[in-house]
Amino acid sequence: MQIVLLKTDVLFFVLLALAGTYVLYARRHEHLVAPWRQVAERPLGMAAAVVLTTYLVIAVLDSCHFHPRLERMQEDAETSYAGEIRSLLDVALTPLRERVEKTYSAPFAVRAYAKEMIEQADGSTRRGYPRLEYAGAHLADADAERGADILRRALAGLAGGAAVWLGAAALAGLLVARRRRQGFAGVVAGMVRGTLGTPWRSILLTLGAILLAGGFCVALAPYYHVLGTDQTGNDVLFQALKSIRTGLLIGTLTTLVMLPFAIVLGIAAGYFRGWVDDVIQYLYTTLSSIPGVLLIAAAALMLEVYMARNAAAYTSLAARADLRLLALCMILGVTTWTGLCRYLRGEALKLREVDFIAAARAFGVPHRVVLLRHIVPNIMHIVMISIVLDFSGLVLAEAALTYIDIGVDPSMESWGNMINSARLELAREPVVWWSLLAAFVFMFTLVLAANVFADAVRDAFDPRLREAR
Amino acid sequence: MIAYVIRRIAYAVPILLGVNVITFVLFFVVNSPDDMARLHLGSKHVTADAINKWKSERGYDKPLLWNTMREGSDRATDTIFYRNTVRLFLFDFGQSDSGRDIGYDISQRMWPSLAITLPVFLIGLLLTISLALTIAFFRGTYIDTWAVIVCVAMMSISGLFYIIGGQYVVGKLLRLVPISGFESGWVAIKFVILPVLVGVVGGLGHGTRWYRTIFLEEINRDYVRTARAKGLGEKAVLYGHVLRNALIPILTGVVVVLPSLFLGSLITEAFFGIPGLGSYTIEAIQSQDFAIVRAMVFLGSVLYIIGLILTDISYTLVDPRVRLS
Repeated sequence: MQIVLLKTDVLFFVLLALAGTYVLYARRHEHLVAPWRQVAERPLGMAAAVVLTTYLVIAVLDSCHFHPRLERMQEDAETSYAGEIRSLLDVALTPLRERVEKTYSAPFAVRAYAKEMIEQADGSTRRGYPRLEYAGAHLADADAERGADILRRALAGLAGGAAVWLGAAALAGLLVARRRRQGFAGVVAGMVRGTLGTPWRSILLTLGAILLAGGFCVALAPYYHVLGTDQTGNDVLFQALKSIRTGLLIGTLTTLVMLPFAIVLGIAAGYFRGWVDDVIQYLYTTLSSIPGVLLIAAAALMLEVYMARNAAAYTSLAARADLRLLALCMILGVTTWTGLCRYLRGEALKLREVDFIAAARAFGVPHRVVLLRHIVPNIMHIVMISIVLDFSGLVLAEAALTYIDIGVDPSMESWGNMINSARLELAREPVVWWSLLAAFVFMFTLVLAANVFADAVRDAFDPRLREAR
Repeated sequence: MIAYVIRRIAYAVPILLGVNVITFVLFFVVNSPDDMARLHLGSKHVTADAINKWKSERGYDKPLLWNTMREGSDRATDTIFYRNTVRLFLFDFGQSDSGRDIGYDISQRMWPSLAITLPVFLIGLLLTISLALTIAFFRGTYIDTWAVIVCVAMMSISGLFYIIGGQYVVGKLLRLVPISGFESGWVAIKFVILPVLVGVVGGLGHGTRWYRTIFLEEINRDYVRTARAKGLGEKAVLYGHVLRNALIPILTGVVVVLPSLFLGSLITEAFFGIPGLGSYTIEAIQSQDFAIVRAMVFLGSVLYIIGLILTDISYTLVDPRVRLS
């Protein structure tokens, strides 16, 4: 295979590397670990963290792109690669990706959603619901055996999920027991009673729920369309899983794009005061006075013109969609950095009057060092809080923006596109509800987890707020 | 006071100029008018004549900043920047790319927008504040915990689902009101009810949680302890003291959005087919009408800045400690 690095992939991996560096750095500094330890003691926060990690793993899998190798026609032919781009997730979900029906079908259905003329064995035709090509294809008499088959496979899947969960729980118990040098039974009892400090009970329960749902899907998805199919017959579960990357990228890359501006300008304005402050204040007041949606709309329109002009450079669909995603992140970044910048300016204004900084200045420490060593570490908690607080809003914004045509590319899998293409079908009889449900469940889980986690992080990093709770 | 307002308005001019420079750079420097013409006319088989005709019809054939072909003041005024930017300051929005009078369109379409946003704003504000006060009354109990959980869950649902759910349940299943559409006059009420309901419910989670935080911050203040010490009941403390004092932080968030209510909501109007300024903008985006998008960006900024000034003025009205200077 031939590895492909899309622009957003690169940025996503840079972001992960930065996060990794931060973890390594923070581990050696007690004052940086302390608030995270507090987060780790919150049952709800850790449950949310488990959910977020699951989403993150899927997004990372979906970010490893490559051109798949084509089968050689002759023995001595050169190896050639397909033009399309796949990700590791695509490969893992091959059965979901390739089983494309004709059009809509309900979850677990073996027959299509709409009536068609069906050719009988004797050559005559009648109107009826045709059998789906792939769903339930392993059954001889699909209509009769469907219920029992689904039940059997579902139970097997759930049992498999439970087995994996038991294994994971036992492993966690063993590791904790080794680290705390206690007996295994005592640790397990402590986990159940929740006396270990780390809320293992909520972590394992969340993990259990995810594994059960995962086992259910793994057992059934290769044989049925667990969440139905959409208008073009694509599996909805596959689309929902692919959309995770889009949602996560928008939530995280936007922050990555805007952080340098917000931090540098915010600190510079607060620390240097004077004309620097005036210029930066003018800049962010101007930018924030443009309503966000309108700025995004204007920029999206201009991107369209730009892509029309440079059509030659973006030949493949994936590259175009990728550019649009990146542009959306950048525009969203432009509209969101002003809030953080204003906060940081205020904080830097306060900090520069604090005694230890006055002392550093009196000793003749240059501005550069004061900024890096004294100011930046003391504003990082605000940055951290704003990263996690912004995330859920950005994920929600994607869906809304995509709906009014200024979000991600229509060819890209995203929850916004799923909602967009499905919402008109609510007018049909019977209602096509499964695409909406899938987008709702996946989005709601991510955003709820992000909100809960953000609350835990904010409480841990901002002691002032804790009393108000 | 008047001097302060005049000074604030004077401050607003450079900001609006900056907004205009940003849109000007976005629309005319990043992409030349030729590119826009090509996008409109289709990229293939387009002759230079057709592009020039398209540009001259819309006045995009002039130089960007400085016209060397003219004499005197016309050198600066007969340019794209002057025609499309400076005239906005006089609220002369000019013509859209398809030849309609933007100013007239805006004056017509802001009323339907207002018919949705104003009730959503007022009902939503009253409801969230009273809910938040009730939750603050029960602070520290199970009611409080569960109310916060419900709020966070409601916040986590995309606004699109509130709209789709509302249309499906109220419009399709119960058949109480039309799913979408609009008429002028009093008949409009039946079209307005559903979007307003959806708007209020959609904003409930975030608003309630936000005001609850504000109230709880107020409740920990000294004057509340004093009020309790002198024997006031919990109700008198909450309504008489906490609510009145919490109005000050509430005002910051509320007054600033007041003028922007004219702009309407893009998503709501698109879903419910309301012919307001929100759907006007969406139509402009979809038909790639640059003149309208530019005018809306300018209008949005003006309204936001008016909101900022109103916020400052309202402070002096509710809090005598604040002096404008």
